[in-house]
Amino acid sequence: MLKYKSLSKFARTNITTYGIVIIAFAILFPLQSAGMLSNSINGQLIPICAYIVLAISLNLTVGVLGELSLGHAGFMSVGAFSGVIAAASMQDAVGFEPLRLALTIIIGGIFAGIAGLLIGIPVLRLRGDYLAIVTLAFGEIIKNIINCLYVGIDAGGLHFSVTDTASLGMSGGRIILNGPQGAVGISKIATFPAGFILILFTLFIVLNLIYSRTGRAITAIRDNRIAAESVGIGVTKYKLTAFIVSAALAGMAGALYAMNFSTIAPRKFDFNTSILILVFVVLGGMGNILGSIIATTVLYMLPEMLRDFRGFSDYRMLIYAVVLILVMLLTNSSKAKQTAENIKFRLKNTFTRRKGGGSGEVSENG
Amino acid sequence: MTLVSNLINGISLGSVYAIIALGYTMVYGIAKMLNFAHGDVIMVGAYISYVSTASLNVPPLLSVVIAMAVCTVLGILIEGLAYRPLRKASSLAVLITAIGVSYLLQNAALLIWGSTPISFASVVPFDSVSLFGGKLVITAESIVTVAVSIVIMVLLNLFTKKGKMGKAMRAVSEDKDAAQLMGINTNATISMTFAIGSALAAVAGVLLCSAYPMLTPTTGSMPGIKAFTAAVFGGIGSIPGAMLGGIMLGVIEIFATSYISSELSNAILFAILIIVLLVKPTGLLGKAVKEKV
Repeated sequence: MLKYKSLSKFARTNITTYGIVIIAFAILFPLQSAGMLSNSINGQLIPICAYIVLAISLNLTVGVLGELSLGHAGFMSVGAFSGVIAAASMQDAVGFEPLRLALTIIIGGIFAGIAGLLIGIPVLRLRGDYLAIVTLAFGEIIKNIINCLYVGIDAGGLHFSVTDTASLGMSGGRIILNGPQGAVGISKIATFPAGFILILFTLFIVLNLIYSRTGRAITAIRDNRIAAESVGIGVTKYKLTAFIVSAALAGMAGALYAMNFSTIAPRKFDFNTSILILVFVVLGGMGNILGSIIATTVLYMLPEMLRDFRGFSDYRMLIYAVVLILVMLLTNSSKAKQTAENIKFRLKNTFTRRKGGGSGEVSENG
Repeated sequence: MTLVSNLINGISLGSVYAIIALGYTMVYGIAKMLNFAHGDVIMVGAYISYVSTASLNVPPLLSVVIAMAVCTVLGILIEGLAYRPLRKASSLAVLITAIGVSYLLQNAALLIWGSTPISFASVVPFDSVSLFGGKLVITAESIVTVAVSIVIMVLLNLFTKKGKMGKAMRAVSEDKDAAQLMGINTNATISMTFAIGSALAAVAGVLLCSAYPMLTPTTGSMPGIKAFTAAVFGGIGSIPGAMLGGIMLGVIEIFATSYISSELSNAILFAILIIVLLVKPTGLLGKAVKEKV
């Protein structure tokens, strides 16, 4: 049998990441089917799946490509609303719900990918904080445009307008997108297994991308753009690839997310949502896919869990903020790092001394 | 006449953005960090001014001074507790910490003052000026805002160009290590920058809420983002750039709102920002840094 440690890094990352996701699903799904999960957790399952996909996809831009994006919710929004429109137009044509959901998610992904391409071409010319501010700007623009969009469907097909519902010129039918109110009357077809499959799909795409030739080129650009350029790596091409994949996956997550609610407003996908996803990525560890998954789950659940404790519910967002600051200070400040080193050093010392003294109970690792 | 009145409103709103942008740009210039909590300091400043006038019956002008004092202390505290330990950390870590501070301020304000919007009484004691037989009305708030921002701009310029502390600030923003070797206390200088920025944020908060009298715990976030955009627009790190960027942003916003569409005004604003950055990637007055291989 193969030893775990003798496997390549790619295989090890794969086994642990897929393993943890599959085990989590294998535990949660029977519990959910048996109705043993509390209502608050039950309602969070699909959003968590969507946010995990979003965090993984943002990690591709921020962690692997090394460009700070503050507009990830914009792609989520494009995916969500194109998905909603697609689902509504397929309502009669495709009766089988899982198939309709799959098509919805794919269409959401395609539209968000196109948005990623259109935005990526100009944006990726910029660097650092300027790139960050432009992605922020695009996120806001997308939110604003969808805020003014009215879409309806009747026997004659889809109707679009940017002024109001009256100018749609509908004969019967129903409204899908209603300006600032957003999508209304969505048939909730998202399921937890679908979310799980989307996570697996995202992992498959992202992990294989990272450990491929393209992925190595992308990390090379992140580590040293000039050196990468000088060995003949086409910077724009690889940056754009990573950006589009990231946008498309965010769109798919957005479509899944929207299909979990009966109404959803464009302002849900604002700057704060982008920041929320970024927090998941940074706390999970840049470029670390498993870290993103764990951080998303923990941080998404944290405010919900605090809600259940009596006396804490008012302070839950305050506690969240404090935890966020403390975690960043503990993991990044030079003083904290030094203290950790000191403790490690001292522990090691005590253990080796004891070992020298003949006590055999201490393990080597300390 | 509507054109002139729109222009004045735009310049007035832009002056507020400019004052906020000054805080962003100074902090960025010296600490190379995006202080996302800056927008929330505005909100705190406005609340402090509101509380001191409404509950403690302090005269409006004094309430502004109190707000400035509180925000100055707040700025120094935030910098000392949250940002200073991360001086050598990656810029993204500092950014996330700043976001944490922003959440903290918003939620603390939510707990203290609640989520119901407070209608903010203007601190400006004059009446509106009406010209050309009532065809053109200039609100007293606009005049005061523009005047205050000009005064701040002049003082700040004098301070950074002539004052000893200002020279130290410029030195630290140029090269932190070299400045330290020349005997400049970099930590104190950075604290000073945060103090000035936060005091300006308090002024901006009061002026903003005098003109648009709705105060909630999230009041600061959108003007904060826009002022940050203004700072980038003018070239982040440059003080005249922040002023120019802020005013242009305000004028564009008011014009887009009144001539094109109020719903799309933010979209137009950000679209113009993107175009400017694509043509001139370091902003209007930003210096291009040469890349060394």
